[in-house]
Order: sequence, then structure tokens, then C-alpha cells
Amino acid sequence: MTPPRPTTNLSDVDPEARPELGSRPPDPALRRPIVAERQTPPETTPAPGATAAGLSVRLEGLRAFYGDTEQLRGIDLDFHANEVTAIIGPSGCGKSTMIRCINRMHEEVAGARAEGRVMLDELDVYAPSVDVVAVRRAIGMVFQKPNPFPTMSVFDNVAAGLRLTSRRRGDLHARVETALRGAGLWDEVSHRLQEPGAGLSGGQQQRLCIARSLAVEPEVILMDEPCSALDPIATLKIEELIAELKTRVTIVIVTHNMQQAARVADRTAFMLDGRLVEVGLTQDIFTKPTDTRTEEYVTGKFG
Amino acid sequence: MSAPAPSVELVARFGVSPARRRKDRVARGAILAATILALVPLVLIVYYLLSKGLGAWSSSFFTTDPTGNTFFKSSSIGGIKSAIFGTIEMVALASAIAVPVGVGVAVWLVEYGRNSWFAHAVRFFVDVLTGVPSIVFGLFIYIVLVVGTGSSFAGYKGSLALSLLILPVVIRSAEVILLLVPSGLRESALALGAPRWKVIASIVLPTALPGMVTGVLLAVARAAGETAPLLFTAAATKKTSYDLNGFMNSLPVQIYSDVTSPTTSVVNRAWGAALTLVTLILLLNLIARLISRRSRLA
Repeated sequence: MTPPRPTTNLSDVDPEARPELGSRPPDPALRRPIVAERQTPPETTPAPGATAAGLSVRLEGLRAFYGDTEQLRGIDLDFHANEVTAIIGPSGCGKSTMIRCINRMHEEVAGARAEGRVMLDELDVYAPSVDVVAVRRAIGMVFQKPNPFPTMSVFDNVAAGLRLTSRRRGDLHARVETALRGAGLWDEVSHRLQEPGAGLSGGQQQRLCIARSLAVEPEVILMDEPCSALDPIATLKIEELIAELKTRVTIVIVTHNMQQAARVADRTAFMLDGRLVEVGLTQDIFTKPTDTRTEEYVTGKFG
Repeated sequence: MSAPAPSVELVARFGVSPARRRKDRVARGAILAATILALVPLVLIVYYLLSKGLGAWSSSFFTTDPTGNTFFKSSSIGGIKSAIFGTIEMVALASAIAVPVGVGVAVWLVEYGRNSWFAHAVRFFVDVLTGVPSIVFGLFIYIVLVVGTGSSFAGYKGSLALSLLILPVVIRSAEVILLLVPSGLRESALALGAPRWKVIASIVLPTALPGMVTGVLLAVARAAGETAPLLFTAAATKKTSYDLNGFMNSLPVQIYSDVTSPTTSVVNRAWGAALTLVTLILLLNLIARLISRRSRLA
């Protein structure tokens, strides 16, 4: 499959000099790990947890469209490596669209396109020579609704991440166990790995989905309101998990729940109407925001 | 706990008026009558099939070929073995052609074509094909492969006509089922970094499988009962044949030729064959239902 070519790209590469897709020339953008790793896979992949750090993500003038509707109107935002950044803002302000642009899921929607740059460390993920599949392996995603694969057992759901991405090297069982432990689910499911993944509770299903993402060993995990379908106890477990995970991945979490942002996030960004209003340390955003709109939102005056 | 009787005003305000009660009764009666009316022919068909068909059934009915003798009461007219085998062979080949192609078209429509003009054009032509009378498919194969090549009737030509007949049904039913697969599943697999073909092969198709099998079996059951596409493509013959390149008998064509016979025993054989055909189709439907019960889609 040819990865969908980004419709527009503002990277500073001269269009004339832009290499053909697939020819893999010495593009400076390709020095970065996700592509290098695909070309020369390491003999022994360290287990997640042992791997070092997440990567930073930087949005530069990111604009996103659905057909003619401009949903993101130019966003510049830094996500620091190994930090949790929460995105807050009223419904429809473009939070989900923004994080879907980061791992290029946005372009899966018919008629959707993005402009601007998304820099994963030093790689522009929208550069024409970049393989979208490799980008998504490096940047995992957890969705609002827990969606384990219904035809698969608990074990196969986690292994699916490895099988689907042809990373089935080493001991599959050990890697599934590591991923499940990483998601804080191992003790609850170790005795029923062969039961259907859809048979778990909602909170367990969501942690199963997190384990599935972890199994591929991404450097960044995007979470799109991961707790909105869960009860407070399950939510708490996911939040504890997020705090643990940030030692090895960079986390971006979209949430409607401002207490949640305050509990889990190092930094918080407030969006309104497709624009970034303000970003800063979480405690600053909630206690002394510089923009009055942020203050009105976090104090519940609108939204 | 006995509540005090409600006041007259309350009864007038909340009680059901006699006129509305009457209307309700009339309306209910009308739809019940329509339901019963629709059941009458169904029940009669089953009754005649059983009463006339069961009489024709015997052990030799299924194990002997028709002899072609219909004039001498002393000798046997034979059974319907060649028709049963012919139907099974031709329908199997028709399915082997139509199912992979049809599922392929459906996957393309849902996963790749989506809302492109070509996908819309394909859907339009598939809809047109669904409405084409079955005899037209037979005629088409007759013109192209029988007259066109100057050759004679053959089982595989009948299969081709049947596969054309069920192809649009397979495409449409598979497409509907594929559309039922939640887009969240595709997205989460894509977000793991899986290439699209793997998402389709490992996530979408297994999830849709039970539903697709149901749709395919219903289409196959329809093909098994068709006479018109086979009349002038596979023709009728007496001997059981395993050669799809030669003439081939089938249950519907056997029924068609038997029922026009002046000999009572031959007409009875038509009833027996009809009951056999209905039983086969009923079995397919039962299997389809059992499989659809395993479906994970709503």
C-alpha cells in the first residue's frame, strides 16, 4: 500500500529538490530514529520499560481542514519529551483534530487535509519521503471508546500490535506480558489471556488498548479523552498509569475533565475555536492564567 | 391497597373514548388479517410440497438417474440423482467464481473506493445488475458462450450464468456487512502502525466474516433455485455427470421438464424434486442463520 501523500506541505524543502516517494534519498529528515529503525532493525529489541525516552513533538503553523472547513487555524505548540501535556477546551475547538494530525490519522477521514509541520524530534512527519505507517508506530493512540478487536482474545489483542506491524521478533509471550504489566493489567488478566478481549470491563478494555499501543513501543502516546467512558475508579487507574508511563513515553491527553488535567498533566494547553489560546505549566494555567478566556474556561464561566 | 374511585372529571380527561377503542380494534384486525392472508399461500405451498413430494420420495429416488422412459408403465422412470449432483456442482462452481470476486469488489468499495465517482458508478451498475431478470443472464451466456463459440451447452456455462446472477447480491450484502464494522476498529489498527492491507485482512474481514457468510449462503440458496439461467446454458440430461464441460442436469430444470409431462408418475417426480430443492435451500438458510447468530456485529 502506498501511504497517502500529504496534500500540502509547508516544509522548507525546495519542491524542485523534493525526492520521489519511496526512493529514500539522503533527506536530512530521514536521519531520525523511526525511519532508521525500519531500515536496520536492532537484533534484540529491549522490552518496553527498559527503552529510554519519549520524543518531543512540535507543531509549527498546523492547520487542518475537513473539506472547505478550517478546523485548526494555525497552531504552534511544543510537547516536551517525557511530559504529560493535557489539551483542554470546549467541544468542537479542534482538540481531537489536533492530536489526530500528530500521527497523521487526520488524513484517514475523507476530504480531510492538513498544512504546516508536525516535528517528531527533528523529523517532519508530513515530509513526502516519510512512511505514514512508521509514523504511527512511533506515535501510538488511545481512543475515547475502548475498542479491543472483537475477534481476538486478550493475548491476541496485545499481540496484534506486534503481528500487524511485523514486529514479531523475540518472545511474543514475554512481550505481551511486559506490555500488559506496563498497562497495569497483568495481575487482572494473567489467568484469562485466552478469553475474548471484549469480555473485560470498560476500564480493563481501555487498559488493554493502552497495552496494545505499548506493545509496539511507541515514543509518543496520544490519548483522546481516554476516560470519558469510564467510571471514577477505572479513571483513577488510568491516571496512575499515565503518571508511570511518562517515564518512557511522551503523552498528549485530550480531556474534558479539568480536574483530570490538573491531576495528570505537567503542562496544559487551552484551545478555543481552532486556535491555541494559552499553554503553560498546569498549575499556572489553573491558578494564574494570562488570558482572560482561559480563566473563564477553567473557572467554569463558559464551555 | 384500594384507591378511591376517580372522579368523573378525571375519567373524562384520562379515559379512553369508545370511538378510539373502536378504531384501534379495526386497525389491529386489519393488519392481523393481512398477515394471515400472506401466510395462506405459504402454508399451501408447504402442504402441497409435503403431500405430493413425500409420496415421490423413496431410496431409489435419490440414487438413480432419470431413465427418460415415460411411456411404458412397466419400466421405471428413474430418480433425480443427476439433477441433485448437477445442481450441487454448478452452484459450487458459481459460488467459487462469484464469492471471491464479489467480496473483493465489496472490500474495494468500502475500504478504498468510498465516495469516489468510480465507486458510485460501480454501486449503480451493481444495483442495475440486481434487478436484471435471471433469464437475461442465461440469454447472455447463451449468446456469448453457446452461440458465440458455436459450441454446445455445458455445466460450466450454467455456472457462469448463475455466478453473474448472484454476483451483485454477494457484493451488496458483503458491502453492507463491511460498513457495519466499526470505523474505530480500523482506526485503532491503523494507529498501531499497521499497513492498510493488514488491517483489512486481520481485523476487518474476520470481524465481518459471519455476516458475510450469511449473505453469501442466502445468495447461493437463490442460485440453487434458478431455472432460467440454466435452461439454455447447461440444458437437461439424464446421466449424472461430473464433467462441467458437458451437459448437466439440475433440479430446477428437471422440475421444469417433468412438470410438463402428460405422465402422472413423471409429474410426481417433479414434486419430489421440488421438495428436495426446497429442503436443500432450507438447509442453507438454517446454516446461514446459525452463523449469523455468531456475528459480533449488530
